[in-house]
Amino acid sequence: MNIIISNTSDEPIYLQIVTQLKEQIVKGELVESQPLPSIRNLAKELKISVITTKRAYDELENEGFIVTVAGKGSYVAAINKEMFRETKVKMVEKKMADAINTAKLVGLTLEELQDMLKIIYEEW
Amino acid sequence: MNNIMEIANLSKSYKDFSLKGINITLEKGYIMGFIGPNGSGKSTTIKLIMNLIKKDSGEIKIFGLDNESNNISIKERIGFVYDENYFYEELTVKEMKNVIRPFYSKWDEGTFNSYVKDFGLPLNKEIKHLSKGMKMKFSLAIALSHQAELLIMDEPTSGLDPLIRAELLDVLQSLLQDENKSIFFSTHITSDLDKVADFITFIHNGEIILSQAKDEILEEHCIVKGKIKQLNTHNQGNFIGIKQNSFGFEGLSTNKREIMKQFGDSVMIEKPTLEDIMVYYTRRSEHHVSSY
Repeated sequence: MNIIISNTSDEPIYLQIVTQLKEQIVKGELVESQPLPSIRNLAKELKISVITTKRAYDELENEGFIVTVAGKGSYVAAINKEMFRETKVKMVEKKMADAINTAKLVGLTLEELQDMLKIIYEEW
Repeated sequence: MNNIMEIANLSKSYKDFSLKGINITLEKGYIMGFIGPNGSGKSTTIKLIMNLIKKDSGEIKIFGLDNESNNISIKERIGFVYDENYFYEELTVKEMKNVIRPFYSKWDEGTFNSYVKDFGLPLNKEIKHLSKGMKMKFSLAIALSHQAELLIMDEPTSGLDPLIRAELLDVLQSLLQDENKSIFFSTHITSDLDKVADFITFIHNGEIILSQAKDEILEEHCIVKGKIKQLNTHNQGNFIGIKQNSFGFEGLSTNKREIMKQFGDSVMIEKPTLEDIMVYYTRRSEHHVSSY
């Protein structure tokens, strides 16, 4: 499990944790039923407040990415395939949006982009 | 019983200063930072909590018990670190420890020795020859060696270098691995709290201005930077405080949505630090300070 906290980012710290853990769960770097550090341990390691880590875990739990067993700790949840797919699709959309953004900067047209996508898609 | 400390309507008046009916609640398992400028009432509050001075009115409950009628039993369970040295200067670290030790029924020599080792405390050195940082570490070792459930510290980081402050924060966070312990920590060095504090209580002129989760405080407030001509009497009302210079203004607001609506992208909106918040709230009255 890797977490890097930026103190200069506009994104609240709890969200940075949520995003990074989600990404690692979706990518399969964190696997089902793998134990996660306790909120207090995570707070100490990252030098942030317990409330912040608690909020991050609460959020992840609400979204179904982790489960917390009282007195035992938190674990990576079995993620629903559909949800998994949906998250991946969203990631693809986001990356495409980034690509389109850059493309527009240099004036690439939709046709040119489509050609490019086709070539790259077939290559892989 | 989840509150380790409850202060209700606490008042204390002196000739030139008064604490005006303050309320503070601290839950088990968390760090609360107690901030405010010099002379705002932090030390008075801490002395009242420690029952070192008499309150005029109000109530202080620690571990659910009244702090006056249960003075001794409460103090057995409190670790206290004060900003000034209150030890006998002529004694060595070890001798001083042996003076304090019998006061606590739950003194744990093993814990003390582990801190001595971790902190590199010189047991046979006289206290007057310890550096400021070492004195603080010694206070902390004493405060943490009798199984205290509540650690109260008055300005423990003032005058210490960043390295020792970081070490101290690390010790505090280790302590909080036990979810039944709490820490109440006064300071005017707010950068120490920007990171680790769970709750912030902000006192000014003997009144509590804010007392809530740090994350909430930081999310509710924003720093706005823009051009002076963008300010008018109408939109100035959205600011807690505004600083102006010849080239622009900077202000603190709790109304991010309204600011976005009024100024849109024409201003820069940033995350505040606790220091920003403290400075803007406390400079409201006195507008200008210049040198003569």
